[in-house]
Amino acid sequence: AEAAELRARLRAVRHTVLVLSGKGGVGKSTFSALLAHGLAADETKQVALLDIDICGPSIPKMMGLEGEQVHQSGSGWSPVYVEENLGVMSVGFLLSSPDDAVIWRGPKKNGLIKQFLRDVDWGEVDYLIVDTPPGTSDEHLSIVQYLSATHIDGAVIVTTPQEVSLQDVRKEINFCRKVKLPIIGVVENMSGFVCPKCKNESQIFPPTTGGAEKMCQNLNVSLLGKVPLDPQIGKSCDRGQSFLAEAPESPATLSYRNIIQRIQEYCEQHHLQEEKII
Amino acid sequence: PLAERTNLAGVRHILLVLSGKGGVGKSTLSTQLALALRDAGKRVGILDVDLCGPSIPRMLRVQDSAVHQCDSGWVPVPVGQDRAIALMSIGFLLERPDDAVVWRGPKKNALIKQFVTDVAWGDLDFLIVDTPPGTSDEHISTVEALRPFQLLGAILVTTPQ
Repeated sequence: AEAAELRARLRAVRHTVLVLSGKGGVGKSTFSALLAHGLAADETKQVALLDIDICGPSIPKMMGLEGEQVHQSGSGWSPVYVEENLGVMSVGFLLSSPDDAVIWRGPKKNGLIKQFLRDVDWGEVDYLIVDTPPGTSDEHLSIVQYLSATHIDGAVIVTTPQEVSLQDVRKEINFCRKVKLPIIGVVENMSGFVCPKCKNESQIFPPTTGGAEKMCQNLNVSLLGKVPLDPQIGKSCDRGQSFLAEAPESPATLSYRNIIQRIQEYCEQHHLQEEKII
Repeated sequence: PLAERTNLAGVRHILLVLSGKGGVGKSTLSTQLALALRDAGKRVGILDVDLCGPSIPRMLRVQDSAVHQCDSGWVPVPVGQDRAIALMSIGFLLERPDDAVVWRGPKKNALIKQFVTDVAWGDLDFLIVDTPPGTSDEHISTVEALRPFQLLGAILVTTPQ
């Protein structure tokens, strides 16, 4: 009966993309936010961004929605809208103060994730993006389990170039394979830095073992793109603005846009293939 | 009393390294702190309770080591020529380094309790406990298990943004 409820709620979601890592601090939330903004630039598309990082919900701040509250109506919880076609849900909206720690064990976290999926009135959605916390634990198992009621197009896995990150990301790739979650591809963030003054390129996080490129070759997954470090990215996130809109000329923006396009193409392709089968 | 008969009886100070945020340098700091204390002549242990993303073995170049058991429990892995740092991490219990530990909270809690009570640390000046990001099962269980012992305090790591 529960599964039926979830299926009903998610029936109007056309595409679902999970943003994962394994490693913390590599730019999952940053990427999720920009993916949402990028997709919502097409006003004919309805985009939903779900933040299931219960301990460290970054999405409200990054989307400029800190302090917003969630409203309940007859049809369920209402997402908080950034644009008419971009709605957001996060545990961050349920806290009385942004510094409140959510110190919950797994089962309670799972319960909230299920509620998010069952009780949020997303309406018709073209793209549901799910931002996750680092790791391969309760939240990840639960979201895959609960979303099996609908169809997940795939996962985008985020990393940075150094081996300490790749080590955790390989585990995440194995997690995806274990739970039969298709991998759309890998994004390598913080991939080099070009000094705005002298234009010299530095590797702030040197890819001592070949970076995401080598890892993707070895594990036969797609490298969606590499995004260079740009201090404006962090600034935009802190201020809740879209980096893509604030720094349209940045090489990082170009990378992000290419990656977002590839993800869109993957989802559309998928859809076509499915329709063929039906 | 219980404390005297336990594996933590010979540990003088226990330090927790925490953040909340991932990727800010907890494991890096834990490792560098251990090395610096060792260089200052202290006996140091590191307990890596990041079950999903154990970084410490690779940082100390002992990722290929195996753990052994003795009468009092697990023998932590010695690091370096002088073996002056002892390390315990779930990384050593994985069959393959790329294996994902896909466990829910209760299973993680059970292992953390074991890590805290069943590792034969011997005499240490400092035990540094490296944690994963967040405020969840691992953190609650670690603090609960360590409370009866000489818990010096927590070091919180962040980045500027």
